Amino acid sequence: MTSLPSHTDRKLGLVIDLDTCVGCHACVVACKGWNDASQPSGLTDANPYGADPTGAFLNRVHSYEIQPDQGAAQLVHFPKSCLHCDDAPCVTVCPTGASYKRQEDGIVLVNESDCIGCGLCAWACPYGAREMDPTEQVMKKCTLCVDRIYNEELPEDDRVPACVRTCPTGARHFGDFSDPGSAVSQLVAERGGLELMPEQGTKPVNRYLPPRPKGEIDVLAPLLEPVADDPKGLLGWLDRTLERLG
Amino acid sequence: MHPARSIILFTTLSGLGFGLLTFLGLGYPDVKGMTAFVFFAIAYMLAAGGLAASAFHLGHPERALKAFSQWRTSWLSREAWTSVATLVVMAVYGAGLVFLDTRVAALSIVGALLCLATVVSTSMIYASLGSVPRWNDRTTPILFLAYAIAGGALLSGEVTMAIFLLLALAALQAWVWRDGDARFARSGTTMATATGLTGGTVRSFEPPHTGKNYLLTEMVYVVGRKHARKLRAIALVLVSFLPVILLLLPFSHVFATLAVLSHIAGALVARWLFFAEAEHVVGLYYGKRHGSSTSTQTIR
Repeated sequence: MTSLPSHTDRKLGLVIDLDTCVGCHACVVACKGWNDASQPSGLTDANPYGADPTGAFLNRVHSYEIQPDQGAAQLVHFPKSCLHCDDAPCVTVCPTGASYKRQEDGIVLVNESDCIGCGLCAWACPYGAREMDPTEQVMKKCTLCVDRIYNEELPEDDRVPACVRTCPTGARHFGDFSDPGSAVSQLVAERGGLELMPEQGTKPVNRYLPPRPKGEIDVLAPLLEPVADDPKGLLGWLDRTLERLG
Repeated sequence: MHPARSIILFTTLSGLGFGLLTFLGLGYPDVKGMTAFVFFAIAYMLAAGGLAASAFHLGHPERALKAFSQWRTSWLSREAWTSVATLVVMAVYGAGLVFLDTRVAALSIVGALLCLATVVSTSMIYASLGSVPRWNDRTTPILFLAYAIAGGALLSGEVTMAIFLLLALAALQAWVWRDGDARFARSGTTMATATGLTGGTVRSFEPPHTGKNYLLTEMVYVVGRKHARKLRAIALVLVSFLPVILLLLPFSHVFATLAVLSHIAGALVARWLFFAEAEHVVGLYYGKRHGSSTSTQTIR
């Protein structure tokens, strides 16, 4: 049913830390790999080894440059996947009921055996979170790895989305936003977690932690200071000799 | 947005067909027997032919019946219901005119209203998308209705009415284009709201992928805007001005046919622009949106 639930018991989603992400695209690969193996019809590519390859991905990493008026430019890597919106416009436009938002945990899913491949949900999503599978012709989207997070066959450490599990810098966090004491809720509170496109009225669940301004917390700076102003011994002799050379 | 041929043909032709059916339902022209059959055949070819064309853009047309299930929230599902209901009601009404020489008054009003409801449903599929600011406006259903009614008047041979409606359509379309150009900026969605990044000029440094993808081909269509101004002028001439001139000339079937063909060609050009000029906000993530700004934005 494409009517949205009036409330969800939990709000599962991701916090993505733009300060920590190094743009390695490991989450993209992990997502592609897991979903290609686990979704009913895979997550396919068309012409993958040809001249003009294309394929469906559920997570993509953009990179932006911020150039301040003064000082060095900052590079921000920006992973983007489904935000599992509370008011998900992709769900209500679906004519067949293939798209739905779960009342128990808020995850937005597609039942692909009901999908007619009209593409209207992808049009309705302002974030570009849905992509048509190029060979199966059904809509694919992030499932928040619903087949991992509740999977008791997996070790407990692995019961998080593949992107979160694989991130080498810990830039992605998974949790329940309806619980103010959860780690994700606290991260959002501490770091000023942002909604993307709040004016679109989609009420996204996922939050983004903005990059910290450069210089505010520079953990490496003390290590890069000159260690000795008046070196002694061999270094002192070298220093004095090189100075004399002019 | 990607201007898919099947959707352009569908929305244009079915809009015209339902417009003609509206007039037939209201008794313009007041035809019976064989003449009514010809009028209804043309209307059904346009309306039902358009619907068939729409199925070509589905990934799984064999599941199309499922699209009737979600009428509570989905305008696409509502369109499925209204179009089928219209075609059924108007078929019964038309059969009365053609075979029994009888006008069933109740069916005629219901049928005409269903025709208009179908056109509104089609337009609301686009008008309800907040992600495409150019479409997300109350003028979108009005414009679709105007195309259907003006085209219907032309096809039904209501010359005087058609002249006024075609001129009104041209004025409305020109205003919608002009106003539509400002809607992306008015929507308030920018690179700043899309990324949440602050503190300087933000530009897309590197896209997430080197090749094309579904999002870019489907929603970040940029080819057509180059000739948009010329195409707008061509569309107005073909859809309205040329048919009006042809209608003002002494009546002949040749002129009338040319007026209809010109109108259809113009409507197709305008509908192509409706899609090609519409910018989806996802393009902001790729630094490829013209409606709001160029590829960089200074964000404080």
